Amino acid sequence: MTAETTDVAEVGANTRKAGQYVYIAAVVLLCAWVIVPLYFLLINTLSSPEAVNSYPKPFIPEFDLGSLTFFANFAGILTALKNSILVAALTMVMSIAIGAPAGYALSRFEFRGKELFRLLILLTRAFPLPLLALPLAVMFIRVGIDDTIFGLALVHTTLAIPFAVLITFSLFSGIPIELEEAAWTLGCNRLTAFQKVILPLVLPGITASAIFAFVISWNEVFAAAVLTIENRTLTAFLLQNLDTSPLHLKFAGGFILVVPALIFIFAVRKYLFAMWGIANR
Amino acid sequence: MAVIEIKNVAKRFGDYQALHDINLTIDDQEFMVLLGASGCGKSTLLRIICGLETASEGEVWIGGKRVDHLPPKDRGISMVFQNYAVFPHLTVFENIGFGLRMQKLPNDQVKRRVERTAGLMHIDQLLKRYSGELSGGQRQRVAVARALAMEPDVILMDEPLSNLDALLRMEMRAELKGVLAESNTTAIYVTHDQVEAMSMADRISVMHEGKIVQAASPIEVYRDPAAEFVAGFIGNPPMNFLPATPAGAAGQWSVAGQTLHGPNAGKDLKFAIRPEDLTLADQGFQARAKVVEPLGAHLLVTCEVEGHQFRAILDSETQVRMGDTLTLAPQDGRGRWFDPATTLAVS
Ligand SMILES: Nc1ncnc2c1ncn2[C@@H]1O[C@H](COP(=O)(O)OP(=O)(O)OP(=O)(O)O)[C@@H](O)[C@H]1O
Ligand SMILES: [Mg+2]
Repeated sequence: MTAETTDVAEVGANTRKAGQYVYIAAVVLLCAWVIVPLYFLLINTLSSPEAVNSYPKPFIPEFDLGSLTFFANFAGILTALKNSILVAALTMVMSIAIGAPAGYALSRFEFRGKELFRLLILLTRAFPLPLLALPLAVMFIRVGIDDTIFGLALVHTTLAIPFAVLITFSLFSGIPIELEEAAWTLGCNRLTAFQKVILPLVLPGITASAIFAFVISWNEVFAAAVLTIENRTLTAFLLQNLDTSPLHLKFAGGFILVVPALIFIFAVRKYLFAMWGIANR
Repeated sequence: MAVIEIKNVAKRFGDYQALHDINLTIDDQEFMVLLGASGCGKSTLLRIICGLETASEGEVWIGGKRVDHLPPKDRGISMVFQNYAVFPHLTVFENIGFGLRMQKLPNDQVKRRVERTAGLMHIDQLLKRYSGELSGGQRQRVAVARALAMEPDVILMDEPLSNLDALLRMEMRAELKGVLAESNTTAIYVTHDQVEAMSMADRISVMHEGKIVQAASPIEVYRDPAAEFVAGFIGNPPMNFLPATPAGAAGQWSVAGQTLHGPNAGKDLKFAIRPEDLTLADQGFQARAKVVEPLGAHLLVTCEVEGHQFRAILDSETQVRMGDTLTLAPQDGRGRWFDPATTLAVS
């Protein structure tokens, strides 16, 4: 009897141990999957152009700014960088200006088709951009906003809005309606109650979703490549020069693209989890 | 001057009818308590008066003005919420001063009024804290102070003391009542604590399933319940009920083997008597003791009379053991009669 129980306990312990190994292995693998490419990117960016183009490659960065300097001096790159920032900033402003009120309405008002509306917001993400790109380009030319920062920002805003709506929806839902009601009874109307009570409480979250919109635009390449010619963003510019540019330029460009996105996403990760929590319901 | 008149108010949430045809007038400076079990519609009625909910039917008048269409801020009311609703991003001081700041009062006045109301609620030590750093009871007192600081014509309170311990509650109860009486405010106070209701109210409105069953002074609600529900709800423990059948002569009723004098009615009634209105006597109901609970001040005996549960409150010195048979006589003039068909009182 006792022997049997120890046996069972042992088997249990072994299974648990094996499970733990699998778990650790999976974690290591996943981390490597993400970190190793980033590490290579880092090494090659911080090495001299000669080292990047030689063989075998270095495994530790030389901390040589040669590649980055070359990148900075490459014709047109700074304009592209400026365009990227402008488009992303404009996207950020527009998607919050449109998305946050929608998120508020979704969380505070009951109306018919609310669930359907939420689903539709998500579904816009399922619509492939390549299908839209050509008609959009034609329309933009007709309206006269082709090859402009604003035109591209409009498209990026469409991409960012679902996230802006869902994140702000979950933010507003997390604030008890009674707080607003209390403000109403204390002399506020809807607008002042929003200003004095809701806004201070959601501001960190709104900032997060603005940053996320920025990153979406910053990373977007397809629409940028199709809809701009002169005013290319950094992604589109690098894509265009992919086969002609030297290796160290690609690495430096990739690095400049990845780093802000990584930092920003890391900063707002808490709010992204909140969004998925709500969106998966 | 703020008389509150509620005329034919009904409220439906989809198919569910939360309030049925409520009619109630609350006099200027009256302290009205809404008392009822959980889910009977107390908060809903309060929210309709406040303007946070719109009635499906009916009208609300405050101070001789119809206010149905007015937003909460234009009704001259302030409200204490059931779940406090203390603003988490503001200090206690700014919470209490929130409404005053909205009225654009000068700083020194805000400070004076905040400190005074905070003093009344015993939270003057906490003015610099944030709501996350307060206990439930402290938060509740901040909520009450915030409403009082507005010095409104009408104050609506949804269970404002529910989270305090018994002693503090008794103290705040008396204090709140004093403050309100002094400030000439009309108050509606929601609670499901009977002692609170009895001790504070000028009048009590007993609610049941979305209706007001009785609105009267505490002593009247206690002594002369208008309906069986009130009799079975008010009092701790509430009234005992026994079936009564006519015993020949008019006004004579046979109740559990006893002949009692009652109203003239041609059908069966129910006899009701409060546990504390029973005394041990030579002649009376034969009650078999089932549970004996010494409560210090008195003895609560749960018995059975002809299969009906029957409670009596006796002197704490009385010697009763489980299984004993007691002879309990109702005191003269304390018995009440109800019509089982309408559940209303008959006299
Ligand atoms: N927004 C709503 N939608 C649907 N039903 C509701 C809504 N608000 C309240 N109800 C229902 O109306 C009834 C009355 O609710 P109310 O909050 O007024 O009760 P209450 O008397 O305040 O109870 P408690 O003492 O528990 O606070 C309840 O059955 C509740 O489920
Ligand atoms: Mg309630």
